[in-house]
Amino acid sequence: MDNIAGQKSSLTWAVHISVVVLVVLWLLPTVGLLVSSFRSADQIATTGWWKSLFPQEQNLVIRTERPDAQEFIDGVYVLEGNLFELGDAADGVVSVWGTSSREIDAYSAGETADLGDKGLLTIQANGDYRFENQSEFSGSRGQRVFMTAVSPPSFSLDNYRNVLFSNSSSSSMGKAFINTLTVSIPATIIPILIAAFAAYALAWMDFPGRALLVAFVVGLLVVPLQLALIPLLKLHLGVGIGKGYLGVWLAHTGFGLPLAIYLLRNYMVGLPKDIIENARVDGATEFQIFVKIILPLSFPALASFAIFQFLWTWNDLLVALVFLIDSSGDTTVMTRQIIELLGSKGGNWEILATAAFISITVPLIVFFAMQKYLVRGLLAGSVK
Amino acid sequence: MAELSISKIRKSYGDLEVIKGVDLEVEKGEFVVFVGPSGCGKSTLLRMIAGLEDITEGELRIGDELCNNVHPGDRGIAMVFQSYALYPHMNVADNIGFNLKISGYPADVRQEKIQKAAQVLQIQHLLDRKPSQLSGGQRQRVAIGRAIVREPQVFLFDEPLSNLDAALRVEMRMELSALHRKLGATIIYVTHDQIEAMTLADKIVVLDGGVVQQVGSPIELYQRPNNIFVAGFIGSPKMNFFEVDVIALHDNAVEVKGTSIEPVKVPADTTGIVVGDKMTLGIRPQNLDFDPNGPVHGTIEMAERLGSETILNCKTADNTPLLAVLDRDESFAHGAAVRFSFAPVHSILFAADGSSKLTA
Repeated sequence: MDNIAGQKSSLTWAVHISVVVLVVLWLLPTVGLLVSSFRSADQIATTGWWKSLFPQEQNLVIRTERPDAQEFIDGVYVLEGNLFELGDAADGVVSVWGTSSREIDAYSAGETADLGDKGLLTIQANGDYRFENQSEFSGSRGQRVFMTAVSPPSFSLDNYRNVLFSNSSSSSMGKAFINTLTVSIPATIIPILIAAFAAYALAWMDFPGRALLVAFVVGLLVVPLQLALIPLLKLHLGVGIGKGYLGVWLAHTGFGLPLAIYLLRNYMVGLPKDIIENARVDGATEFQIFVKIILPLSFPALASFAIFQFLWTWNDLLVALVFLIDSSGDTTVMTRQIIELLGSKGGNWEILATAAFISITVPLIVFFAMQKYLVRGLLAGSVK
Repeated sequence: MAELSISKIRKSYGDLEVIKGVDLEVEKGEFVVFVGPSGCGKSTLLRMIAGLEDITEGELRIGDELCNNVHPGDRGIAMVFQSYALYPHMNVADNIGFNLKISGYPADVRQEKIQKAAQVLQIQHLLDRKPSQLSGGQRQRVAIGRAIVREPQVFLFDEPLSNLDAALRVEMRMELSALHRKLGATIIYVTHDQIEAMTLADKIVVLDGGVVQQVGSPIELYQRPNNIFVAGFIGSPKMNFFEVDVIALHDNAVEVKGTSIEPVKVPADTTGIVVGDKMTLGIRPQNLDFDPNGPVHGTIEMAERLGSETILNCKTADNTPLLAVLDRDESFAHGAAVRFSFAPVHSILFAADGSSKLTA
């Protein structure tokens, strides 16, 4: 009774565990990047992203307002305000505080510290402070306060604002994002168009040398593209295309075609012959068969190749560096931009995380939007 | 005038010749069935008519037109495939209307024709469904609908019922027959099932090894087969064949004797037959009757009791299989020696080259 179809295999649990492991392996870094990209540099420096949903204890150093903001009320000079606002920090709850770096936990919240001739400083748990003195405050800077505060989780879009829209050329991911799209979309569509036609011919049209052509295409699959970089670039420069979008589209098309033709041909060969013959008897020309029957039925294959090609061109650095990016920097793609960020802002994790997440959003969207075509069996029910 | 005529048609794949010169005339409104064992070339012949296979040699005329090199879509034919070959991404209405759309009919005409075809086949309620949502019989109807909407000169059916279960097959067979009467269409139908051939056909073409063995009406083929192949192929269960020797010649009759057959006189055309010739005697199982004094001897191997009839699987002394169908229920002991009699008029003598020696 163990092998009856429809019964659960005893290995089901192994499958489930593998799935869970894979999902966790994939989710951990992705979610980590996503969460980090919404956090400030301070938050990233003090705690890991997995703690970001919980309140966290931070040590802050904030100065009170400068003496020129003092007021004279009821015979005493007073400085009042909220330290969190002054320090531009997220609201929190002060537990202990001090005025010297050696004793940052000298007082608890609500206590009043007697700072001698500097005056009396009171700090409430919510960060409100009152600094009063019989004599006038002097000097140019406010009193330093070291506090230990528990802040609630806070997220902001500041990083995205910085990375996408700042005008400094070194961190303008916005422009690189557009450039990458400009490379990827045509570099996905052009090879699919060409490959679909070629695959149909190689699968269903009789002509001499067809088998040799298929073998040739399969052979091209194993040729490393690095071999072609320099000759191709020379050719591009020679015929006047030069470095630019057209060049990189052509290069991606050429490098993507063998796989595209191979995948699509194999899929199309598997389509039922009867359907195509029936269309022929129905009076369809080869082109009509291709457009009205083959293309719709090949949609899963087209979609899966589109996903492959899009991801590869999106993440590509090598081909873009060779065929696209020139000294002007106007055509920088995101992969290149991230490398520059690593160099110039290697310590700014919030910037790097944000840039990285921007560069993976589109692949994620593409994958989730198209994944059903990878698994859908469009042919169900056509032939018995 | 013939709706479709084939003359001396041949088809070779390289050195292998699969259709070896076929001649055939199909009249308007005729239901012609190609029948034969697997690999006999019947499907190839149909596909040549459809234009899906090139014609190596010979002429194919549909109506008046020489169609050897005409595109399948322009031949005035419609074909129903064994697998139905519905377009899986289109709903039923689009499937039926695909040809019309390609031929550039305006949408309203198209709609009208689709409705009409759907009505004939009673599939109006299925027009919005995808093929994957249909049952086998419904898919079959859609496939036929796709053919009739084109109003072709000739319908081609390639084993259209072989994917259906037995009950549905009988039902669809009757519907096809009714459809043929209703449309008055010319139909060429390929099958390996000789019951389908017998019940549907006006004219049966028996093919074997790429050669036409006989063309004729079902009853003609059953009663007066040209040769031993046709005799064995048409009729169920299969005709019994016995090796016999000619012992005497009479006027329009031959007296023969075999190892398990006592001398009998069989009506036959005696031209070319001499005493001592080896011949084959064919007797249909239905014509054998249980008779303790009969001339045919055998031993019962197995008796299949079907209620209305009993099929006796026997062996003769020289191990020739012998089938007899009794139109009543009767029980027999395994291994029992039995004897059968038969009406000599219903038996056929075949010469050594396989040709039948029927009296004129």
